[in-house]
Amino acid sequence: MTAIGAVQLVVYLLILAAIVRPLGAYLARVFTGERLLLSSVLGPVERGIYRVSGVDAAAEMRWTTYAVAMLLFNCCGVVLLYALQRLQHGLSLNPMDLDNVAPRLAFNTAVSFVTNTNWQAYAGESTVSYLTQMAGLTVQNFVSAATGLAIAIALVRGFARHSARQIGNFWVDLVRGTLYVLLPISVIGCIVLVALGVPQTLHGSVTATGLTGARQLIVVGPVASQEVIKELGTNGGGFFNANSAHPFENPTPLSNLLEMVLILAIPAALTYTFGKMVGNTRQGWAIFATMAILFVVGVLVATVAEQHGNDLFRALHIDQTASHLSAGGNMEGKEVRFGINSSALFAVITTVASCGAVNAMHDSFTPLGGLIPLANIGLGEVIFGGVGAGLYGILLYAVAAIFIAGLMVGRTPEYLGKKIEPYDVKMTMLALLILPLVILGFAGVTVITRTGLASVLNPGPHGLSEILYAFTSGVGNNGSAFAGLSANTPFYDLTMGIAMLAGRFLMIVPILALAGSLAAKKRLTATAGTFPTTGPLWVGLLAGVILIVGAVTYVPAYSLGPIVEQRQMTTGVTFDASTFGTTPYQAVPQAPASVP
Amino acid sequence: MAQVIHASTLDTVPAEAVRPAGQPRLEPAPDGQRPRFDRGLLAPALKDALRKLSPRHMAGNPVMFLVEIGALFTTLILIADLLGWSGALGLRPGQGGAGFVAAISAWLWFTVVFANGAEAIAEGRGKAQASALRRTRSGTMAKVLVDGRRDRIERRPSSVLHAGDVVLVEAGDVIPSDGEVTGGIALVSEAAVTGESAPVLKEPGTDTSSSVTGGTEVVSDWLTIRITAEPGQTFLDRMIALVEGAARQKTPNEIALNILLAGLTIIFLIVVVTLAPLARYAQAPASLTVLIALLVTLIPTTIGALLSAIGIAGMDRLVQRNVLAMSGRAVEAAGDVDVLLLDKTGTITYGNRMASEFVPAPGVAPETIVRAALRSSMADTTPEGKSIVALANQLGQSMSPDELSGAEFVPFSAETRMSGMRLDGRATMKGAVDAIDVVLGAMPPAIRQVADEIAGRGGTPLAVIDGGQALGVIHLKDTVKPGMRERFAELRRMGIRTIMITGDNPLTARTIAAEAGVDDFVAQARPEDKIRIIREQQAEGRLVAMTGDGTNDAPALAQADVGMAMNTGTMAAKEAANMVDLDSDPTKLIDVVAIGKQLLMTRGALTTFSIANDVAKYFAILPAMFGVSYGIDGQHGLAFLNVMRLTSPQSAILSAIIFNALIIVALIPLALRGVAYRPLGAAALLRRNLFIYGLGGIVAPFIGIKVIDLLLTIAGWH
Repeated sequence: MTAIGAVQLVVYLLILAAIVRPLGAYLARVFTGERLLLSSVLGPVERGIYRVSGVDAAAEMRWTTYAVAMLLFNCCGVVLLYALQRLQHGLSLNPMDLDNVAPRLAFNTAVSFVTNTNWQAYAGESTVSYLTQMAGLTVQNFVSAATGLAIAIALVRGFARHSARQIGNFWVDLVRGTLYVLLPISVIGCIVLVALGVPQTLHGSVTATGLTGARQLIVVGPVASQEVIKELGTNGGGFFNANSAHPFENPTPLSNLLEMVLILAIPAALTYTFGKMVGNTRQGWAIFATMAILFVVGVLVATVAEQHGNDLFRALHIDQTASHLSAGGNMEGKEVRFGINSSALFAVITTVASCGAVNAMHDSFTPLGGLIPLANIGLGEVIFGGVGAGLYGILLYAVAAIFIAGLMVGRTPEYLGKKIEPYDVKMTMLALLILPLVILGFAGVTVITRTGLASVLNPGPHGLSEILYAFTSGVGNNGSAFAGLSANTPFYDLTMGIAMLAGRFLMIVPILALAGSLAAKKRLTATAGTFPTTGPLWVGLLAGVILIVGAVTYVPAYSLGPIVEQRQMTTGVTFDASTFGTTPYQAVPQAPASVP
Repeated sequence: MAQVIHASTLDTVPAEAVRPAGQPRLEPAPDGQRPRFDRGLLAPALKDALRKLSPRHMAGNPVMFLVEIGALFTTLILIADLLGWSGALGLRPGQGGAGFVAAISAWLWFTVVFANGAEAIAEGRGKAQASALRRTRSGTMAKVLVDGRRDRIERRPSSVLHAGDVVLVEAGDVIPSDGEVTGGIALVSEAAVTGESAPVLKEPGTDTSSSVTGGTEVVSDWLTIRITAEPGQTFLDRMIALVEGAARQKTPNEIALNILLAGLTIIFLIVVVTLAPLARYAQAPASLTVLIALLVTLIPTTIGALLSAIGIAGMDRLVQRNVLAMSGRAVEAAGDVDVLLLDKTGTITYGNRMASEFVPAPGVAPETIVRAALRSSMADTTPEGKSIVALANQLGQSMSPDELSGAEFVPFSAETRMSGMRLDGRATMKGAVDAIDVVLGAMPPAIRQVADEIAGRGGTPLAVIDGGQALGVIHLKDTVKPGMRERFAELRRMGIRTIMITGDNPLTARTIAAEAGVDDFVAQARPEDKIRIIREQQAEGRLVAMTGDGTNDAPALAQADVGMAMNTGTMAAKEAANMVDLDSDPTKLIDVVAIGKQLLMTRGALTTFSIANDVAKYFAILPAMFGVSYGIDGQHGLAFLNVMRLTSPQSAILSAIIFNALIIVALIPLALRGVAYRPLGAAALLRRNLFIYGLGGIVAPFIGIKVIDLLLTIAGWH
């Protein structure tokens, strides 16, 4: 890792840590219904929304009602977004006269945006109209993030309350999250991005004449507004197909830094909100520390792997060391503007969160460098994680860790004064089962079906990595992809659609059930005999449980993908896809003892 | 200034004063020193282990049930292979052929049998005890009084007695069922139930000595008893069911752990089932035998196998200490307790005022007052008097019987409020200061001052006069049992607060509380205060344990999260409590808390160990399965994961399976005995146990699997 890379990581972490407390405290005030500075402006809007939609803002819900409201809202979202895509040709704001989106793709995209995945099986600029982008996709970017935020807050309320039946009002949480959190930050972020050179216009494409006289169509549009919520809401769906690698989405290193901060701002701040709402901010900082440690480990491994480069090149005497003239390492699939450090850091950030925005091609990372994004999502995006989803995900692990190790202090396991009982363990395990079931299940089906394998452009270990990445990204509601897999096929549109829905809603329902169960419990007073959930021991234990549970789940599958691929690369062997099955590999000349 | 003689080194205490309720049957040996394996139990345990292979029994334990299914499958594969059908059924015998499949299959069966054996051994100990108890119950004939008349007696088997029947029992009879004494007076031996050989007096109309337990024996005289228990519901019946484990229901905590284990098992099932197509894609198809072996090594078999044995052994540990828990739930709750509510009298202190020092008047030699006090108490049989003699003896003063010849004992009376002895016309008396004052006419101010000071500290001063001269004061005080202070400090480290309840005035209460080192005390408490305090503590989110014996304790015992009744207590108290201490020793509540904690810790430790084991198993099995994948082998493939350098793929897989089975056997003693328990705070305990069972769980299988592989290789099996 180069010095500048280390400095960038430290600067990034400092900025993030500085945001946590003010933003976290603000979020806590938003969701405890306190009056805010913005209330004088947005208060009437908020009340107007409740009045028009007939919501009784004072009425709280049990977890079942909360879940039904959440499911209804998201179901309507899927239907509306589907309709918008299917009818866009006849609707306004379609300056490029784009056709209606095909049904299968429209379904996949609707599910993708409602579930906060933003898996894009299409190229944004040439498929969907401005109206679809703005009234459909961007709206979902806001409300899907607000949904995640609401669920996390509901779970936090489960821990914070005691002997209570209700866990909040979904509609109020949704409206307040959008109005007081996502909108104001987006407005400011959008203006900053425009200042940094990101286009924001409703006019169609610009035609330019190049130096050679060739005429070129340059696509622009309302990019900045979608860009900011793409990151802030950990959505990840870019205006352009190239996503944040596109110079109009991410023009400069500064915009790159801003986008990276936007991705993890809310997820990191939520740890403080959590601590604040349960009445002990040290509890929140412990969660933050756990996330930060796992995050730094991921960044280090990915950056070192990418900077190390490809051993096969080294055998051919290609210089891969970083210097003033060359980034060194593995630059395949990376923007020269960003280089290895910013690409690896961005890749880790976008996959620890459920964002999926990319500024480099993860598929082109070294096997080990690519394993980190894959594993980040596979662990459940609990290292900061998606907006809301990260917090509720890591709290599931916390409950599991408390249960596995907590008995060792000689008491019924309890977390934040709540006894963990059979029902809670059941809901936790149900939620934790979803990821392995979908990822490994669909990957298993894919590799034994003709239609599944037909889309794999890189047979062999890398092909398996791509398949695993696709389903991991889908069920993790990440949306980033290893290229090399033709995903817009009936098979993948359907299986990915199911994966995205399962990863979102099959997880949320048990989590809300857990929230309801926790809220109803008495709160026990902490004593010297209580399992400590604040110190370094707890941080280490929680990180250890996340890693061990992740390892035992995915190591067999990963060993046949990135791990064996990395081993081949480091031992100087290439995989020859054309002869896969017959003479599957050929040795290249071994590296001489000393490399110049 | 009066000279003070301290008795802080007092360590011998009159035995009678210590345990009014009788000595415990069995002094619990420090944990871990008692042999846990009784060889006589092994043969029946093995038989039980085989009987438990029936699917109906196995279904209750999803982890081990899956292992049994795996064993069955490998056996079928082996049979198919031997019959030459495997080709037709599309089964691959796998590398290593039939010998390998046979070895895997055999060790899978061993795994299941070992797990069942652990449970059977744990149950065996209780069964032996239960059959002894059952003998006392069976065949008792009851003499039922018809219409309550002693002249009309009908003989009925005890098993058909109902609540409300009145029976007659006479010397030599076994009391047929639980009941209340309505008439007569008799000595009853409760040895069959409590192990206590000294008989106790039973008579009607009192709180604690009017209830009798079925199965106990009348030693002298007779009683009439109104039966209070329905058939099958007696104390003895419940006791038998408990020690036998028949009434054992899974506790909430055990259920939660089972769900967690089942959840993990499902995850591993997904991992292994989906690995089959992935392996085929990677051109490294795995045989069904190998996949089953992988699954069994990954699922948490260690804790799955030992879970029920741990629970049974925990109950058994309580029974060993003569405590009967009415449910496993109560034992677990004991581990969770935050507050102990303890009666001062009988629990923290001996409950008798005992001599602690002699304070001579100015100008009186210390020996003089000690001898005078001794003389005044030589014939005194009250606990106070005995304690004065004991303290004097300790200070080197004693009296031979010769010195007492012709002495006349003056007993305590309500009028004189003093006692002592007259010898040769010389009276040596001790008594309340005011009473002595009356006799003396004028109490020296120095003595009165000392007496006031003692009273001010919550003690009782007794003035001593010899031949009309006031010699000084005996300081009587309620004595804290030895070792209590340390135990409370221990509890505090574990995060448990102790609250002392006493009827004494606040001053006395404060003195005792400070001396015993309790965290809190409630003075001038009435019986109904207990339930109020419990509710308050519970409302603040704490779990409360208490002991009690009287009928007026019953509501509080029921309200407490853990209520331990004394066996000498009333039926109402025993019914309300969720534990009964047969030795009637209230301090045992502290042991119960420790046992509860140990039970939970053992479960947690083995769960952590079990999951941590998986890391090493992957390093054994994955390179064995995928050493050649995508046609890549040698140093270019996954063989580099074989960090243990195991001999061959077959020996690696077999070693992992054998380790997996043997670790169950190796941990049976730990499961039965419980993990080493230390009274530490949660953070220290967690650090310690995480180190031993977490880190140990990661390292141990690397060593174990390597050793087994070496042995297999030496034996030529690879």
